[in-house]
Amino acid sequence: MNRAMSVFDIAGRAMSAQLVRLNTTASNLANAGSVSATRDGAFRALRPVFRTVEDSPGVATVAVDRVVQADVEPTRRHDPSHPLADANGDVWDAGVDTAAELIDMVETARQYQNNVQVLQTAKTLTLDTLRLGQ
Amino acid sequence: MAQGDGLFGIDGTALRLRSQRLNLLASNIANAATPGYRARDIDFDRALSLASRGYSAERAGNESIAYRVPTTPSIDGNTVELSTEQTLFAENAVQYRATLSFLEGRISTIRRAWKGE
Repeated sequence: MNRAMSVFDIAGRAMSAQLVRLNTTASNLANAGSVSATRDGAFRALRPVFRTVEDSPGVATVAVDRVVQADVEPTRRHDPSHPLADANGDVWDAGVDTAAELIDMVETARQYQNNVQVLQTAKTLTLDTLRLGQ
Repeated sequence: MAQGDGLFGIDGTALRLRSQRLNLLASNIANAATPGYRARDIDFDRALSLASRGYSAERAGNESIAYRVPTTPSIDGNTVELSTEQTLFAENAVQYRATLSFLEGRISTIRRAWKGE
C-alpha cells in the first residue's frame, strides 16, 4: 500500500486494537473463577502487546503485535471436597487480578471513545472541506 | 510560484498544515496505550513561517515536527497525555474550520468579481 495513511486509518485501526484488548479483558474476567487440578492447567490472564505502526514521519497508528500470557501465578487453595482436588486436597485458582482487569476495561473503553471522537471530528471537517465554495 | 500567491494564498497552505497536524494528533491519541511511544506535534508558527519563505506545505510541516515534553513522565516510556492531546485536537479542529471560512471568503470574493457585481 503506497497511499498515505489518513486519519480514518489511524483512528480505525486504533479502535480495532482497543477492541482486541477489550476481548482479552472479557475472557480474563470470564475465567477469573475457573479452577484447575494442576498449576500448569490453571488459566493465566491474557494481555495484548501494542506496537506502533509508523507511516510518514509523525503519522502512526497502533496494532496488536501478539497476545501474551501475563505472569500472574495461579493461587493454590486447599479444598479437599472439590471434585478437581489433587492427592493433597489442593486446587489451583486462575491467575487473574480482577481489580486490575476492571481498571483495564474502563481505560480501554475511554480510549475507544477518544478514537471515535477523533473519527467524528475528522469526518465533519472533511465534509465541510468538500462543501467549500458551494 | 512562491507560497501565498495563488488563488488560495496563505490560507491554502495553512489548511494543508492544519490537516497534517490533525493526522499527527490523531496518531498520538491512537497510541495512548502503546509502551514507549513518544508523542509528536507540529510547531504551527514555525511551519507557517517556513512555508512563507518558499517551502512547500508538506516540507514545512515535516521540518517543524518535534517531540512533546510530558508534564509527568510515565514508567512505560509513553509520553501521550490524553488531556493535552484532546485539547490540542479540539483547538486544531476549530482552527481548521476557521481557515475553511477564510477560504470561503476568498472564493465568494472571486465569484463576485467574475459576475461583475
